[in-house]
Amino acid sequence: MNGSKEITRRNFMKTTGAGLFLTGLYCTLPMPAWALTTSPGIEQRTPKSRYDFTIGYSPVQIDGREGTATAINGTVPGPLLHLREGGDVTLNVTSRLMDTEHASIHWHGILVPFRMDGVPGVNFNGIQPGETYEYRYRVKQAGTYWYHSHSRFQEQTGAYGPLIIEPKNGEPFDYDRDYPVVLSDWSFEDPETIFRHINLMGHYYNFQRRTIWDFFEDVGERGFADPISERMAWGKMRMSPVDLADVTAYTYTYLMNGHSPDMNWTAIFNPGETVRLRFINASATTNYDVRIPGLDMEVVMADGKAVRPVSVHEFRIGVAETYDVLVRPMKDQAFTIFAESLDRSGYGRGTLAPEPGMKAPVPALRPRPVRRLEDIGMGGMLHGNMKDMSHSQMDHGSKASLDDPRIPGPNGPTPFKPEKSRSNVEMVITNPTYRLDEPGIGLGKDGWRVLTYDDLVSIEPQPYSATVDREMTINITANMERYMFSFDGKKFTQHPCPYLFRHNERLRLFLVNHTMMEHPIHLHGMWMQLENGADKLPFKHTILTKPGEVLSVLITPIEKGDWAFHCHLLYHMEAGMFQVVRVA
Amino acid sequence: MNFGVQPIPDNEIFAVFRGDRLEYQSNDGEGGLFWDVQAWGGTDYSKLWFKSEGFWLFDKETFEEAGVELFYSRNIATFWDLQAGVRHDFEPHPTRTFAALGIEGLARYWFEVDVTAYISQDGDLSANLEAEYDLLLSQRLILQPRFEIDVAVQEVEELSIGQGINDIELGARLRYEIRREFAPYIGVSWSRKLGETADLAEADGESIETTSLVAGIKFWF
Repeated sequence: MNGSKEITRRNFMKTTGAGLFLTGLYCTLPMPAWALTTSPGIEQRTPKSRYDFTIGYSPVQIDGREGTATAINGTVPGPLLHLREGGDVTLNVTSRLMDTEHASIHWHGILVPFRMDGVPGVNFNGIQPGETYEYRYRVKQAGTYWYHSHSRFQEQTGAYGPLIIEPKNGEPFDYDRDYPVVLSDWSFEDPETIFRHINLMGHYYNFQRRTIWDFFEDVGERGFADPISERMAWGKMRMSPVDLADVTAYTYTYLMNGHSPDMNWTAIFNPGETVRLRFINASATTNYDVRIPGLDMEVVMADGKAVRPVSVHEFRIGVAETYDVLVRPMKDQAFTIFAESLDRSGYGRGTLAPEPGMKAPVPALRPRPVRRLEDIGMGGMLHGNMKDMSHSQMDHGSKASLDDPRIPGPNGPTPFKPEKSRSNVEMVITNPTYRLDEPGIGLGKDGWRVLTYDDLVSIEPQPYSATVDREMTINITANMERYMFSFDGKKFTQHPCPYLFRHNERLRLFLVNHTMMEHPIHLHGMWMQLENGADKLPFKHTILTKPGEVLSVLITPIEKGDWAFHCHLLYHMEAGMFQVVRVA
Repeated sequence: MNFGVQPIPDNEIFAVFRGDRLEYQSNDGEGGLFWDVQAWGGTDYSKLWFKSEGFWLFDKETFEEAGVELFYSRNIATFWDLQAGVRHDFEPHPTRTFAALGIEGLARYWFEVDVTAYISQDGDLSANLEAEYDLLLSQRLILQPRFEIDVAVQEVEELSIGQGINDIELGARLRYEIRREFAPYIGVSWSRKLGETADLAEADGESIETTSLVAGIKFWF
């Protein structure tokens, strides 16, 4: 059906009767073996060294409604890619998307030669309709990763799946069961339409905006002066303190292993077992806050690299990040795996249960948070006209970056000031701060322990030089009102040349977020080591930067060539927040 | 890098048709259909922009006013576009054609502002300012106060336009966004002619003040 040469997504939707409501919520369509509705966990199967993938239009059913996905081997998520560290792998990827310019697969977080990285226009020309591209590389790492299309919006419509690599010398921790937990966001709307909507009207999907009654409520609580000067400050910037996500549950169904909350993906355990949950955020734009009420989670890996185990009740997982956690349910009862969207408009949900069909209560969504000016590094806007601002509020994370010992440097004149070129830069944070010790907006006030980046301490070998050869800053910039996203004030097409990294140098890269949103920044082809004060710096391929934040990473570019560097919110990337890093 | 493929086409062309005001106006017993529609196409930086406004009187079966504008619109600042182009008024007679230069964008505190200056084929200068604001009563129920003012530098007698401020209009429209693209509304619009223009109107035996109930739809696609 999806092999037909002439089929387009639109026609496919017509012929399969998209939007047809079927009775029941159960999948009648295939799910990959690793993501069945009730799953015993993935077996210690022998990793394979050859895989054949076909990307094509396939029907999917979400809550009984049928839609069309750009699926890999017919399922969303795609097959589990199981590799072995040190082995050579061959991956043949065929595109059956006959109406597209190209398709592609990028192995997210995997160190590969640059021609194998899979970004059309950077590493190759993409996979033309009907063609096959052979990816071959030697696997140099272990852990939990994922793969996804890097062509236009195919990732939004289902072209993603988990990728796990068995270590040569055994896992760094013991467990009885092993589950990939792929979080994603699904819409029955065409992503081109979503992109148009948010370009024409930034708040198109936001039905949690502040109303006039919220203002009166604020006045009732805090008197007139505060809410007015605070709203004046936001109004001056033409920004909204409740602009937390561009695309929301208004159009999204949040998925866990391809299952909606009602379809309830269920992982089986026996009380007393240790369960490894490999959380992978394969969303196009949704940052999630994950918790399992009633269970402690032990975070043992971040972005596929082992960290010193840290016990938490909740963690935020930005788009494209992965966290492996161990849970040890002792009781003979069900537990809800709850993944709340950062903007609190919806959630993904699954269940850990001793028996199929068991359910646990699903927590209520927490109220949608409101950003304070200090949250975006703009606390200074209030200094002039706010007399009663309590100091406890002000000095939280507002230490000047230049005096903060946790920020190494910067060196050089006005290091964190992007060129305010044309209209691409809506705001410049005059005083970005260190925020790796903060859990993030809307978190940390519930009386349970939330993971922060400061908690991540690597237990991996540190093969790189300790001497920093060079420093560099990249500013994250945007004009959100006009939906223009950029680095250093320039969209991809306005940047005259790539960022230059030197082969095998030890580079300190500062990332400064001059926007009022979180951006998960991903660097292809090399690790970033987050300078969070740990004696062994954690390795990351994707870092969720907070508004008004400055952070630094250490990088050793080990592979020559061109590498993509971008915001992993798909619509931000397509709007220009993308650049090429050239390692020479 | 490239391989004949553009990785990120970040200068996409979008186009939209907007019916900001498409409404019945009671107009003190002289009911009619008022339209204020716009269409634009282009990138973040450059757009072609079409605007049209007019008023059809039911009883007289005539257009009281009808005009179109065509602009090239260029982004000049974070929230502002400079618009240069032409305007032609089919009604009232005598028809007039203008060169136009304006600024459209989002002012501080979320005011949508559109200011345009015109010079007619006879060399008469005039200007128009419109400002709107959205007040959220709920996520979908939105009250939009609106202000408009017309100014002329020279008197144009055959059109009963005086020198100085011609008229001001204050309106409030309460819309319900069934979808973001489709919102029926009701409202009220009050307008008053001022100064010389008011004198000319009174001399013609016309009223200088109108209060209208309005009902219509705001839409875009």
